[in-house]
Amino acid sequence: MTRLPDGRYVDDAPYDPAASIQLLERRDLDAPGWVLVWRKFRKHRLGLVSGIFLLVSYLLLPFAGFIAPYTPNERHSEHLYHPPQDIRWVHEGRWIGPFVYPTVSKADLETFQWKFVPDTSRPMPLRFFCSAGRYDLAGLIPTDLHLFCAADGATVFLWGSDRLGRDVFSRILYGAQLSLTVGLIGIAVSFALGIFLGSIAGYFGGVTDWIINRVIEILRSLPELPLWLALSAAVPSNWGPVAVFFIISVILGILDWPGLARSVRAKFLSLREEEYVRAAEMMGASSGRVIRKHLLPNFMSHLIASATLSIPAMILGETALSFLGLGLRAPAVSWGVMLNDAQNLASIEIYPWTAIPMLPIIIVVLAFNFLGDGLRDSLDPYEN
Amino acid sequence: MDILRYALYRFGTMLLTLLVVSVLVFVIINLPPGDYLSNQIAELRASGQSAGVAKAEFLRHEYALDRPLWQQYLIWMGFVPGPHGFSGLIQGNFGWSFEFDQPVAEIVGETLWLTVLVNLAAVLFVYLVALPLGVLAAARSKTWVDYTSAFVGYLGLATPNFLLALIMFYYGHKYFDIPIGGLMDPVYEGKPMTWDKVQSILIHLIVPTFVIGTSGASAMMQRLRANMLDELGKPYVETAIAKGMKPSRMLAKYPLRVAFNPFVADIGNLLPSMVSGSVLVSVVLGLQTIGPTLLTALKTQDQFLSAFVLMFVALLTLMGTMISDVLLVLLDPRIRYEGREA
Repeated sequence: MTRLPDGRYVDDAPYDPAASIQLLERRDLDAPGWVLVWRKFRKHRLGLVSGIFLLVSYLLLPFAGFIAPYTPNERHSEHLYHPPQDIRWVHEGRWIGPFVYPTVSKADLETFQWKFVPDTSRPMPLRFFCSAGRYDLAGLIPTDLHLFCAADGATVFLWGSDRLGRDVFSRILYGAQLSLTVGLIGIAVSFALGIFLGSIAGYFGGVTDWIINRVIEILRSLPELPLWLALSAAVPSNWGPVAVFFIISVILGILDWPGLARSVRAKFLSLREEEYVRAAEMMGASSGRVIRKHLLPNFMSHLIASATLSIPAMILGETALSFLGLGLRAPAVSWGVMLNDAQNLASIEIYPWTAIPMLPIIIVVLAFNFLGDGLRDSLDPYEN
Repeated sequence: MDILRYALYRFGTMLLTLLVVSVLVFVIINLPPGDYLSNQIAELRASGQSAGVAKAEFLRHEYALDRPLWQQYLIWMGFVPGPHGFSGLIQGNFGWSFEFDQPVAEIVGETLWLTVLVNLAAVLFVYLVALPLGVLAAARSKTWVDYTSAFVGYLGLATPNFLLALIMFYYGHKYFDIPIGGLMDPVYEGKPMTWDKVQSILIHLIVPTFVIGTSGASAMMQRLRANMLDELGKPYVETAIAKGMKPSRMLAKYPLRVAFNPFVADIGNLLPSMVSGSVLVSVVLGLQTIGPTLLTALKTQDQFLSAFVLMFVALLTLMGTMISDVLLVLLDPRIRYEGREA
């Protein structure tokens, strides 16, 4: 200990750099839970990238109509089964910005198919912020503004067109609106049912627990798809696309809750004996308050992680149902409805681009899986 | 003797579950307004064919469709006598298919055991693939073996069954010349069982087994890997290595045994999803299982046919789960006989 001239005391020991690290750790331990979770989640690269990708995808959903050059049910009778068109930049060695070559359809009398021959002498530049087919932005604002569209007399089918001459790229964007939200509505239903039934089973025990447990066991032991099929076969065929969409998501959710309810129940069984629960009860908290304020927050994060992992199952479920013709029906556009066209070997062999919707399905499902894994791993920030 | 008692107890609960399932199935099947015959009657009335109406009305009475729903259920199950005395599911009468104008038993006939066969093959495939890959991925964790298998596993989970079926449909036919579509060469259909027919079925089984089993195998593999990794960190593994045991022998003798239990227990989760998958894949690949039958029956509201198929599918999964539960008790003496707690 040295005394400075101004009367302060300074430690003689050499400066220890490790001390500052300890300080950091201390701060780590005192940080709120979500900061710790975020720090750990950030290290899970794949989960982070997937999370950002999904966030961007969902944020873009309301603007699908703006990005898509065509509206989903716009038919081009001159361009049935048009193969994908390239966007080019350079014409005869000269840079003229993004353009497409217009195509002329010719009948091939040997294969009896339409062939589309690009006319490479006339580059047709794309137009930007142009007006084309009318749509409702975010479902509210009617407009006809599109990010890009083809010049008059040309077409821009980035991923080809289908059997009615509808643009596959635009339909995939519109299809995302239904295919991606089906999972969210379904998970909301399953979450509500699962938490409600699981928590009353775990908290009250006794007969309630026994009944709910048997229901869970029965539902879990049944194959989902046949039941989905049976339930969606019961949807009246004269309902509009929006009603069908909602009822299908609810059906997907109704059969998904048992897994969630089971884990909620198991948690409640162990947490119900904790002192703080007894304290709350003795202070006169109602059972609803104990469940909501004291028990649920304990493992909400785990529930969110497991929900993330069960959204893909719902997206796949919707796709499967629509693929079989028992889910969403035209004029609704979803990825499953689109794949319905690619059901036979012939169309995949001759028109492989009609099967493109399988790519976004695989990518989105993968992303949800990675995100869920990342969340699950990072939710326990104190564990190494 | 305890194991026998447990098996009996499990069998009893299975029967009870099946009873509840039958109610559930019956209610779901009858959710859409009307039935096959009343739709037909309405159609005939609209087109003015009164002769057909009388026949359909007669059939409605014949199959007790004009009675209240709960009576219909009891008659269908065979608990109370219908117009022809006791003849329901428990008496072995599966009902009548209006769409095909044949008894249900005749329509499903051969498809029943083919369904069982396809699902058995898929379960076998899952275990044969997931076991070695899961162990290998855990033993060589954080190497290219682990990463490759994880990547393939994720892809397998993310690719919908029927898309995989379509892809296999295309490439299998083009490059490998594996017969695809159907479960046997058309010449053998409806023929008695011969060696050639068995061979034909086995070759045709390759693709469906692969398609149905892939997602299950991926899930199983990841779970086995996680279980193995937990076990590999334990002191007994270190002891075994320290005393100079060969790694492969050590793996099989200690950690694998412990990690194996959840593997068997998991069949209860695996089976429902596999049966689901097999229904879908059967439709895409045109297999002669009950999948396509179910789809037609549901679309045409052919209620006895679809109810029977749903019951059969449920029975299949319940049996599988029961067998796995009994196996698990045999395998792991730590599990109490009174049933497992969640």
